[in-house]
Amino acid sequence: MSHHHLRPLDLQNGRVERAHGSGGRASQQLVDELFSRHFHSPQLAVRHDAGILTPPPGRIAASTDSFVVSPLFFPGGCIGDLAVHGSINDVAMSGAQPLALTIGFILEEGFPLSDLDRIAAAIGQASQRAAVPIISGDTKVVERGKADGVFLSTTCLGVIPEGIHIAPQRACPTDVVIVSGTIGDHGTAILSCREGIAFDCDLESDSAPLHSLVAAILSVHPDLHVLRDPTRGGVSAALHEIAASAQVGFRLWEAAIPVHPTVRSACQLLGLDPLHLACEGRLLAICPADDAARVLACMRAHPQGRDSAVIGEVITESPGFVQLETPYGGRKLLDWPAGEQLPRIC
Amino acid sequence: MQLTEELRLPDRAERLFHALDRTVQPGRSYRLMEFCGGHTHALCHFGLLDRLPSSIRMIHGPGCPVCVLPIGRLQQAIDLAIHQRVMLCSYGDLLRVKGRSHQSLQSARSLGADVRVVYGPMDALALAKKHPDREVVFLAVGFETTTPMTAATVEQARKESIRNFSVLCNHVLTPAALSALLSATKDPVQVDGFIGPGHVAAVIGSDAFSAISQTFSKPIVIAGFEPIDLLASLLHLIELLNQGQSIVLNDFARAATPEGNRRAQAIIHQVMELRDSFAWRGLGELANSALRLRDSYRDYDAEHRFSLSTESIPDHRACRCPDVLRGSCIPTDCTLFGTACTPDSPLGSCMVSAEGACAAYFLHRPQRLLRKVHVTSSPSTP
Repeated sequence: MSHHHLRPLDLQNGRVERAHGSGGRASQQLVDELFSRHFHSPQLAVRHDAGILTPPPGRIAASTDSFVVSPLFFPGGCIGDLAVHGSINDVAMSGAQPLALTIGFILEEGFPLSDLDRIAAAIGQASQRAAVPIISGDTKVVERGKADGVFLSTTCLGVIPEGIHIAPQRACPTDVVIVSGTIGDHGTAILSCREGIAFDCDLESDSAPLHSLVAAILSVHPDLHVLRDPTRGGVSAALHEIAASAQVGFRLWEAAIPVHPTVRSACQLLGLDPLHLACEGRLLAICPADDAARVLACMRAHPQGRDSAVIGEVITESPGFVQLETPYGGRKLLDWPAGEQLPRIC
Repeated sequence: MQLTEELRLPDRAERLFHALDRTVQPGRSYRLMEFCGGHTHALCHFGLLDRLPSSIRMIHGPGCPVCVLPIGRLQQAIDLAIHQRVMLCSYGDLLRVKGRSHQSLQSARSLGADVRVVYGPMDALALAKKHPDREVVFLAVGFETTTPMTAATVEQARKESIRNFSVLCNHVLTPAALSALLSATKDPVQVDGFIGPGHVAAVIGSDAFSAISQTFSKPIVIAGFEPIDLLASLLHLIELLNQGQSIVLNDFARAATPEGNRRAQAIIHQVMELRDSFAWRGLGELANSALRLRDSYRDYDAEHRFSLSTESIPDHRACRCPDVLRGSCIPTDCTLFGTACTPDSPLGSCMVSAEGACAAYFLHRPQRLLRKVHVTSSPSTP
């Protein structure tokens, strides 16, 4: 569609204007000249109000997530790919294979179009790489000062294959906990570029889609009990939630938990615990101890799970709590992350 | 980081645990106080307490700056943020501490106050430069470890003629608190020896502890903060007690010298002076135990700039933080512990910071799960 009556968008120096969210010609132009260059799906091409899907057999899984990360661009990613991975991963943690994504943009008046273009490109690439198309989208613009550049909201739909029953309530004593890689990379990467704390580091966010790793695990072990991606609140919050749902306890072996040396140093310096820091491309898998070797081997063979490790076990004692065995033979409790630690990490 | 790894090796720790078991004398009990909250945190964080010989009882001292900050002084900061609309810069630990009627810096922020978390006073000064139209106040707390940075920042502000920056100074002094603990006429703390604060000693020097050691006949071993540091220093402290020696031993020589950091001392002396008296939370009014800005720096003193007066706000009636800080009870002895008072909703200051004894117990001690059957020490006079 062409807009002879409108000057083309200036993607280098232009800025978001209120008209871009008005639903009028300027809105249309933003879609045509910016979003359409990056998002490709048959559903978007027909320009219906709704994206229409014919799902394969199975139960539908849906998950929605909002993204307010600051800064918008960080080592290893940006708000765009983070928003794609975030919802895909939430759906994948139910054992579902994701089918499609929808995305909502809340833009602040004055936001540079060049940044919006970079974010849209990252969204398009992430969706393409994950092979999960974007089938519907929406854009709103709010006055300057009423948002912080751009906020995103994504919803992912997926289908759970027959025979898969993943639920936090299924964690039971004699199960073990496997993590798919080093923990806290995303949280540390965000911290490293935060105003007031910024430090040089060689670390990138672990932001990545996990559905292919999940599919690989389920192909060798369909009876997996629990999957969880330790995002906000990190491994600690994820395990506490599961402990409360299943009324079990956890015991982790601190020495077995994979932590990148940079994350370890940053945590020492800033007084944080890697177990409280967010991951955006890691999962926790809980399965019977007898199956652990098989699951672990499968995870390590997958590019998203090379550093997988068994880090703990499910126990009957002290349900609702997570214990940590230190390398010195002492035991301590791990707590929920309290109060504001790192706001706006996703 | 190489050094840290060395000082965290589990097999070295194992050898020290065995040495401690061999060194404690049968039938004797040892009441040892780690003064510094950093040590309390490390003992709990690394899970070392469970492995110490049962004859060693660790008493957790008042060396947590957040814990000893009087509520009235915190309230000054909250009021500045809410009523004077200043940009209030604080260490993150202080945000959840409750002031008057459940107010906190965190709740002030939700009311629209501009409260910023910073990692040090220089960050606050940078904010002042970036926002010349705002009054920026740094809420300064801490022992001698954080004092030099506050002093240096004030001096820097003066050098650069930054007019919109001031400091609410609550810096306190370690030796004063130690001698107050030992000389209290009512309920003096029963301690055989001290694990001395390594970082404080790096600033004021290990010699600064000699007078206390001599006056009260207590051995003091200055320790670092890694597991091997702490275990080795505990071993030395037990050996000194066995030999009946009341001396200061500096086990943290990699950072602390006998005379300390002269430059840090000089900048403190240049910018700050002793207060006649300061009301420590938990310890009460102690003479010559805290610092204020000198008159020549009064433009940078928030107390002067905003004509503040300190209101005395009492602790919750059932809160036993004062007893915990004096070492006369352990956190689980308090009826509020883990029920009305938790890290998410702290009533007493010891529950707020990770360095506070109550928070360290709550966060890291599995024993709290068994609290109902836990044998507690006898309560002191309230």
